[in-house]
Amino acid sequence: MPEEMPTGESPTGNSFPAQLPETALSAFSLADQPVVKIRPSRRWVALDLKELWAYRELLYFLTWRDVKVRYKQAVLGIAWAVIQPLATMLIFTVFFGKLAKVPSDGIPYPIFSYAALLPWMFFLNAVTSSSNSLVGSANLITKVYFPRLIIPGAAVVAALVDFSIAFVVFVGLFAYYGYSLTWGVVLFPVLVVLTVLLALGVGLWTSALNVKYRDVRYALPFLLQLWMFATPVIYPSSLMPERWRWVLAVNPLTGIIEGYRASLLGRPVMWGALGYSAAIAILFLLYAAFYFRRTERQFSDIV
Amino acid sequence: MKPIIQVRELSKRYRIGAHRARYGSLRESLTEWGRQPYPVLLKRGGQERPTIWALKNVTFDVMPGEVVGIIGRNGAGKSTLLKVLSRITEPTEGEVDLFGRVGSLLEVGTGFHAELTGRENIFLNGAVLGMKRAEIDRKFDDIVAFAEIEKFLDTPVKHYSSGMYVRLAFAVAAHLEPEILLVDEVLAVGDAEFQKKCLGKMGDIARGGRTVLIVSHNMGVVRTLCSRAVVLDAGELLHDGDAEEAIRLYSERPKSGTTPIVAHFRSHEHAIRVTSCEVNGSASDLVHLGPEDHEIKIRLSGVTSRGVTADLEARLSDELGSTLAYFSPGHVRGSGHRLAEGPFTIAAGIRLPRLNEGRFNLSIRLTHPSITIWATAEPAVLLVADGEPFATGQVLPMKQVGWTLLGGHSEVEAG
Repeated sequence: MPEEMPTGESPTGNSFPAQLPETALSAFSLADQPVVKIRPSRRWVALDLKELWAYRELLYFLTWRDVKVRYKQAVLGIAWAVIQPLATMLIFTVFFGKLAKVPSDGIPYPIFSYAALLPWMFFLNAVTSSSNSLVGSANLITKVYFPRLIIPGAAVVAALVDFSIAFVVFVGLFAYYGYSLTWGVVLFPVLVVLTVLLALGVGLWTSALNVKYRDVRYALPFLLQLWMFATPVIYPSSLMPERWRWVLAVNPLTGIIEGYRASLLGRPVMWGALGYSAAIAILFLLYAAFYFRRTERQFSDIV
Repeated sequence: MKPIIQVRELSKRYRIGAHRARYGSLRESLTEWGRQPYPVLLKRGGQERPTIWALKNVTFDVMPGEVVGIIGRNGAGKSTLLKVLSRITEPTEGEVDLFGRVGSLLEVGTGFHAELTGRENIFLNGAVLGMKRAEIDRKFDDIVAFAEIEKFLDTPVKHYSSGMYVRLAFAVAAHLEPEILLVDEVLAVGDAEFQKKCLGKMGDIARGGRTVLIVSHNMGVVRTLCSRAVVLDAGELLHDGDAEEAIRLYSERPKSGTTPIVAHFRSHEHAIRVTSCEVNGSASDLVHLGPEDHEIKIRLSGVTSRGVTADLEARLSDELGSTLAYFSPGHVRGSGHRLAEGPFTIAAGIRLPRLNEGRFNLSIRLTHPSITIWATAEPAVLLVADGEPFATGQVLPMKQVGWTLLGGHSEVEAG
């Protein structure tokens, strides 16, 4: 093995950096254990969080790309992150709040619906973009290795950027209607984490399914729309007739969405529903992650 | 000394029946299968089997610092081997142990985004290839200098010329410093000048003590860079050892005449799929040129899933892969043909210079000239020329005469 460092001028006039980085130095001392072991995998594979952590910078760069590219050619740019939830809130206020007179538990309808639209729009965007992310990254998947979980993961994190911007609008509404903070606000970060976990779970699962069955792309927008109506976004849980309450009870988003209203607008927290949502979000994420890892190895052959 | 790469009885099986049945888009599955080893299928008596072995019991070791060429004809399993080693696809059987950090370069510009600037793409592409942010920061200036794009650093790469794009992409990749580098034919990019520079850089990397595996059709590259070569044939290891011996074996093997030309095509974009290709009326990849044949007629049909601009390009090379001459009517005309969504046929006639007796490779590409490569067959056809009895041949290797541009025409056939 060559002992000296390759610092000399090459025939083409390009030279290696005079000081080689540490990673390059290790090229001269062979590892005792294989750095990479390639074996045909069994049915279920470990999550390998260590490797995921090692690739955290790629998650950052892919997220950054998603955010940057999304609004790059749009004249209004990032303003769309404000316009979308705001316009939706106005439409809902006119049709459901004013015309249909949907009750809003004594809260002004605009802020009542916006507090729910905020997490719902995030969930919708995160799930939609992550479910299409693997298929859209076919060129990456077939050409370079990295933990595939990063691709739908980046899509969810990118949706979080829009969420933060939409949240600023909420703060404005909040001040406009003269609300003040209550202790419930300490719950807010927990709720955000829960929403992310649930969106990640659904996103991972649908993205893996989408690689195999392209039907997902067509079915998902429709199912998500149904899901919104099964969630107390435009109406309060109390409006649901008794015999349909079970739909809300089963839906893990119910506890989360009502949680946002409780946390931000100072209403009583439904701990039971919230606990159920948390349990489902975590369990489903675990299932989705393992399902993803199991199907992952076929991605490059199928996509 | 201990090997840095240990490959043990590696096999990879592709299920073709299942692919066709299971996945929604037949078009894309077929595109993918255009690249898979049809020869293997044909050898087994032509009947369709549900599975295909792209690799079969491949075993070899690579010592630290070795530069190993992987050669073999289209569909021999070279790319599959690289994909398994770089963990893009899983083996069906066998084991691989890698005693070092792996970087793979199966394509130039993986992860590039057209809307992002050169600067942004350096970071994105670097991260995709496995570099740390600090590492990219440190090498940033070197990368920019190597690519010679200083002035356009903050321009979106969609406004780059194809040459600039490729230079930037290669520059990022060339600054990857893994202990084991896996490279697939990426050297066949850019103009002759830049190719030389790329080769120089590859030589540097090789001399720098890194272990390199190169898949190439260009025997010149293998001869220059590799001390050792592995020959694959129909997924099996045919030869492992001296590079010269490997090149001789590869060149001698009867490698054409049994495979349809269309099977050599690789789609680079899903938007276009080549469905048939004939050269001088032959659909098979061995074409005989008599003394009176002064023209090569290519007729290529395909399907596009959207409106695209495309034209044929062709390259004549000697048997060892050195380019002799180019044909590119799209570049001469300044643009390609507009193709509407659906099936299309492009016919081209290439005026040939007088050829000496010998065997030549004809590569065919379907491109949007200077913008995109849609599909390539490299090589597509083996031309066996009788040569003219009294004339001396006119085409010489590129390195001796520079570029020889072949005249001719191409047009879209109606219907």
